[in-house]
Amino acid sequence: MPKVKVPRKSTSVDMTAMTDVAFLLLTFFMLATQFKPDEPVTVNAPSSIAEVPLPDIDIMTITIAGDGRVFFDLEGQQYKEELIKKMAALKQVSFSPEEIKSFSLMSSFGVPFGQLKGLLALKTEERAKIQQKGIPADSLNNELADWIWQSRLVNNNVRVAIKGDQETNYPIVKQVIATLQDKKVNRFNFITNLNTEPVE
Amino acid sequence: MAEIEGGGGGHKKGGKPKGKKLSTRVDFTPMVDLGFLLITFFMLTTSMNKPKTMEINMPVKDKVEEVDKTKVKASQAITVLLTENDKIVYYFINEKTGEPETPIITDFSKSGIRSTLLTKNRELLAAKGFNNLDSIPIYKEMYRLNKIDEATMRANISAIKNNKDALIVVIKADDKAKYKNLVDILDEMLICNIGRYAIVDITDVERDLIKTAMAVK
Repeated sequence: MPKVKVPRKSTSVDMTAMTDVAFLLLTFFMLATQFKPDEPVTVNAPSSIAEVPLPDIDIMTITIAGDGRVFFDLEGQQYKEELIKKMAALKQVSFSPEEIKSFSLMSSFGVPFGQLKGLLALKTEERAKIQQKGIPADSLNNELADWIWQSRLVNNNVRVAIKGDQETNYPIVKQVIATLQDKKVNRFNFITNLNTEPVE
Repeated sequence: MAEIEGGGGGHKKGGKPKGKKLSTRVDFTPMVDLGFLLITFFMLTTSMNKPKTMEINMPVKDKVEEVDKTKVKASQAITVLLTENDKIVYYFINEKTGEPETPIITDFSKSGIRSTLLTKNRELLAAKGFNNLDSIPIYKEMYRLNKIDEATMRANISAIKNNKDALIVVIKADDKAKYKNLVDILDEMLICNIGRYAIVDITDVERDLIKTAMAVK
């Protein structure tokens, strides 16, 4: 019996379709990615069943680290520029345009006002290395109150989010809440992680 | 794989160099490799879950005295004290004597404070003839199925939650409590559908109460 000749097929496959899909996915992930701003302290937020997402704009974040240090951040570059100018006027300190620019680009910070100039002089990489002391929030010298109040003057629609570490002691949280209430902020948000544990 | 087919080779014998037609196919493999590498990178770095928030309303400070005037019935309130090691001490006020009843120690587990809050709330509402607590999940389900709009759902649920005969929770945390405890107890308020609660400063009497309760145990 004569053998049936199987014609040899080329092993090369058309990859165009796969490439298309790959790049489509790539585009999607590139657009969907939001890089986290480098924070001076890592905070492990408690989990809850709350499902309301945190708004991206008009928000000021008060971060409370596990060791009780308080950090502050205001969303929006233009607001931050305004904020530092207002704070400078309040504290009677002047900042150079470079320092103002540097402040507007900085993410969360936590130093007493007196040390702010020193912090702004540092490069971003150097800032991450130093240990920031936290913003004073006690009744003797409540700079946090100034930051909150001036931020509200700069951006009228600003909302307050508190991001606390699970292990933060309650008294410091109470202090921050009392400061907010002093500044007539009676509605604020606690930032939490979504808890997927089923609720019975 | 697709590749560039034999280039060059036009100058063999004399005469005119005949330009051989080059294939237009290009090897895609490195590009695809790079593409997938980038996909992997972005997939790993993307965090899809945005942080969630829990909204808190505190009473206006200047008006605290005014709020105090609207006394609630003692039997309707439960005071929840948060303390160290994730423990909770809660007590009711005896309606006749006006004195706190024996404090009870519990924790954040399902059979702990949650069951107490759920049972007590249900008891209070049932005593007044309300038994619409179970309709909260029904409203949520109806909203999910697009039978009612969001505003209607919210209005209905908040009407049930803010029933004036429902349980009122007074939350107080002592100095040894953690921030996590506060968020957890607020979470329980959401889970147990309790609309009326307040975060209040702890008093010395209650600090002693915690101490004695812990000592007994």
